[in-house]
Order: sequence, then structure tokens, then C-alpha cells
Amino acid sequence: MKAWLPSLLRLLLVVLLVAFVTNPGWFQPLLKPLTENGAPAIYNQGSLLTLTFLHLRTVLIATVAATIVAVALAILVTRPAGAEFLPLSRSLVNIGQTFPPVAVLALAVPAVGFGEKPTLIALFLYGLLPIFENALTGLTTLPANVMEAARGAGMTGWQRLTKVELPLSAPIILGGIRLSVVISLATATIGSTVAAKTLGEVIIAGLLSNNLAFVLQGGLIVAALAVLIYDGLSAIERYTARRMGQETA
Amino acid sequence: MIEIEGITKRYDETTVVDDVSMVIEPRTIAVIVGTSGSGKTTLLRMINRLVEPTAGIIKLDGKDNRSLPGYELRRSIGYAIQGHGLFPHRTVAQNIATVPVLLGWDKARIKARVDELMTLYQLDPEAYGPRYPHELSGGQQQRVGVARALAAEPNVLLMDEPFGALDPIIRNKAQEDLLAIQKRFGTTIILVTHDMEEAVHMGDKIAVMDAGKLVQYAKPAEILAKPASAFVETLVGASEKPFRLLSLGRVSDAVEKGTAEGEAIPGDASQRDALAELLWSGRPALPVKGEDGKPLGRVTVDGLVKRAARPA
Repeated sequence: MKAWLPSLLRLLLVVLLVAFVTNPGWFQPLLKPLTENGAPAIYNQGSLLTLTFLHLRTVLIATVAATIVAVALAILVTRPAGAEFLPLSRSLVNIGQTFPPVAVLALAVPAVGFGEKPTLIALFLYGLLPIFENALTGLTTLPANVMEAARGAGMTGWQRLTKVELPLSAPIILGGIRLSVVISLATATIGSTVAAKTLGEVIIAGLLSNNLAFVLQGGLIVAALAVLIYDGLSAIERYTARRMGQETA
Repeated sequence: MIEIEGITKRYDETTVVDDVSMVIEPRTIAVIVGTSGSGKTTLLRMINRLVEPTAGIIKLDGKDNRSLPGYELRRSIGYAIQGHGLFPHRTVAQNIATVPVLLGWDKARIKARVDELMTLYQLDPEAYGPRYPHELSGGQQQRVGVARALAAEPNVLLMDEPFGALDPIIRNKAQEDLLAIQKRFGTTIILVTHDMEEAVHMGDKIAVMDAGKLVQYAKPAEILAKPASAFVETLVGASEKPFRLLSLGRVSDAVEKGTAEGEAIPGDASQRDALAELLWSGRPALPVKGEDGKPLGRVTVDGLVKRAARPA
């Protein structure tokens, strides 16, 4: 495959995505055949652009919170003083992952009410595991002689963490964030079952009114976002790995 | 001066270093030799307190090394390890500047010191300073590792098998460089190795360790002539002894009156090299020249053979 082909495809996808969410009317003829009984082909109960932004905002807030908590936890349990909390924190984070997001939504709504909040809680819990596991891997597989040199040079524990350990494990941690973001992008759609403003609203509206065009456009926008963000974060990851002097696969 | 007094390190029931006492004179090189698991690395790491001893005291210039927090102590002591341990995410210049930055030197002083050390190690600061460690050859990485250890002008430099990962030719060069730099800065060096050849070549004094105990601590010639135990004898290598003894002396110390034919050997070459050259070329004598190229006399096979004999 030519080297520029993936870039061209990505660019094409960006253009299509932007065009679709800003001017969905242009695509009406394409989606019209999927509707029945003269139902609208384009989602008409809200702006797709606004929903896309709200969807991304929900994912961003949940991922930032999950990153802060997961990385902090990983740092804590890799210090000598926190080592005994490793098994405990592992099981906690694992529970977050095994608990289905739908169940979290169901449990969270009575506590915090309808809207964005239960969705944020579900995404946050679901996103912890990949970031935590990757941060743990990154922080525990640092080259031994580099760590020895850092201690031998007279760095304090904090200096070793901020100047050596975190920079060197950054590519692996970013990999965890990338996984978490992609999972959250997809999972955020079910937040609309509890009235969160996400692209799931479009899909659910389609399912309720048996309108395949709605389901398809909601799904496609989420898929395109996931592909583009995954690609973008992979590129950042590769750049960081190169900066950290590591081999890139 | 480094005074090690009754140092012991125990992990649970295992004694890794057992009641070791020795004094390392300032501006000398002490080499600690031993097999794997002899406790030599642990002993070294107790000097800069990467390992805390179970019992005993280590004094640096008369001051207990526990009078400072560990990290401050380590900033004042150079530390170079096998496989260099360079920070892969920092440039060569940033790596060398590690300790000066921790000590809060100003930028101009750091840059001047980094440039000085890089020039000393034949690395052009302009070309190599901005590079990352993985862009250097093994020998260059090793030199940067030692330059980093020396950056804050420490009085004491600890080295743990610093040349272990190098091929023989580069290792030789690295050893020569280190000797030259030790002379220039007057640094007290403690070097750990398992290679007796390296110990004899580098050390003003050699400490032999076995199973956590200091078996013998003496000048190289004495270790070769009067090994304190069968273990030291084995470590020295019985068949190598005469040649190691010769490698300690310079040709200029073995010069006899007279002349000889053929290419002259420089006076600062080792007597071992001179004997090798004599044996290889099948000649009975070689002319010797001084640093200025003037003839000093000659060395003979007979003369060198006498010097290789067990000292009385």
C-alpha cells in the first residue's frame, strides 16, 4: 500500500464527518431509501453537531477523571509504602470493568438522577481498568539500570517519579488511555437511555420509531469518531515512544 | 580518604558482606575483585548508601556517610554502572548535566562543564550534545555514562563493572581514558570487577572478596607475589602470574645499557608488551626510546625473564 493512502483515507473521513454533522441535509438522498412511510431521513429532534460535541465532552470528562484516578492509583501501589494495596486496588478496578455499564446506569439513576451524571459514573468506572493496568505495566517494567542510575545520581523519590518513571512509561500509559477512550465512545451511547445528551439519542430514536436511517447515522458518526481518535492517539503514542528513545513497532 | 570499618550486610539469614574493613587513600584507584555473589557490588553500594549496612561505619574524609540524607550524599559521589544506565528520554548533554541540575548549578556553569567533559571524552559537544543515547555506539554510551558520573566534580567515583559490556578493544581504550582522567582530576575511584586483568591494570590497590569476606587487600604486585589464600591464587591464575607481574612495570624501568637493532619500543610501554615483542620477533634485545624519541638503551629477554620471576 502506498504510504499516503492511509492519510488520504483519514482526511476523507474527516471531511465526510464534518460535512455530515454540519450539513446533514446534503446526505438526505442517500439515507432516504432506508426510511418507510415518509419518515424523516435525518434526525430532526436536535442538532447532530451539538449532540456530537456533547458526546465528546462526556467521554472527555470521564476519561480525564479515569486517567487521574487510575494513574494516581498505579503510582501509589508501585511505591514501597503502597505495595500492599496492589491486590486490593486490582480487584477494585477489575470490578469496575466487570460491572456492566447498563447496570451502573440503573443503580446510579436513583442516586444522582437522570441526565449526564450516571453516564459519567458508568464511563469512569469502565475506563479505569485499561489505564490502570497499562500504567502498572509501564511503571513496573522500567529498565533496572536506568532506575539504578537515577537513584545513584541522587534523585529523590519524587524526582525519580516525575523525571524518569512517568516520562518513560508515558507511551504505555497513553496506550491505556487510547483503549479507554474508544470503549467510552461506544459505551456513551447507552447513556441516552437515562436522558444523557449523546449520539445514542439518535440511535434510540431510530430504534423506537423503526427508522433505520437514524440508527445508521448515529452509529456511523460514533464509529468515525472512534476510528479518528484511535488513529490520532496512536500517532501521539508513537511520537512519545520515539521521544523516549524507545523502539517503535 | 574512605574508611570502611567493620561493614556487614545481612539479608535475613544470609550474610552478603561480612565484617569488611579497609582504607582507600585519596586520589588512588582501589579495585574490588571477586566472583559473582562475593558481595563486591553490595560493598560498593553501601558507600553511597544505595544499600544500608546492617553494622559498621563508612567515613568519607572523616565524616560518617550517614550524616547527610541519602540522596544528598549520592549527589556528591560519582556513580557509573555496567550498561551505562543512561536516561533514554534525555539527550547526551542533559544526561551529563543530571547531577549539576539536581544541585542547582546555573545554566552557564552546567554548559561549560558538559562541554569540558564531552571534549575530554572526544565527543564533539555541538554534534553529540543534542543526540539521544540510542543514537550512540556502545563505546560512546559508556563514555557518556562516566562523564555523567563525573559531572558534578565528585571527589569519589564508584564504578560497578563499568566496562563489562564493552568489546576488548573499546574496553582497553576506556580503561586508558579513565586512568588519564583520574590523573587529571585526582578523583578517588573504587571500581568493582570480576576481571583480574583489569584489576591489575587499573588498581593502585586490589581488594579480593570471597563469600562476603575481604580476603586480601594489597598492592597488585603483592597480590601476585604473595596471594593470601588458594582462592586469590586461583583468581590470579597461576599460569598468568609472571605476565601480570610484567604488565605492572614500564619498559623504562627495565632498561639496560647498550644498543640493539630494529624498531625502538617506547619507554612507557609495559614490560609485558616488550617481552611479547621480543619473543614474537625472535630477537634477544630491543632498543628503547624516550618520550622525545631519543634512545634510552635496550631491554633484553634475559633481563625481562628475571623480572618475571617470583619476587623474593
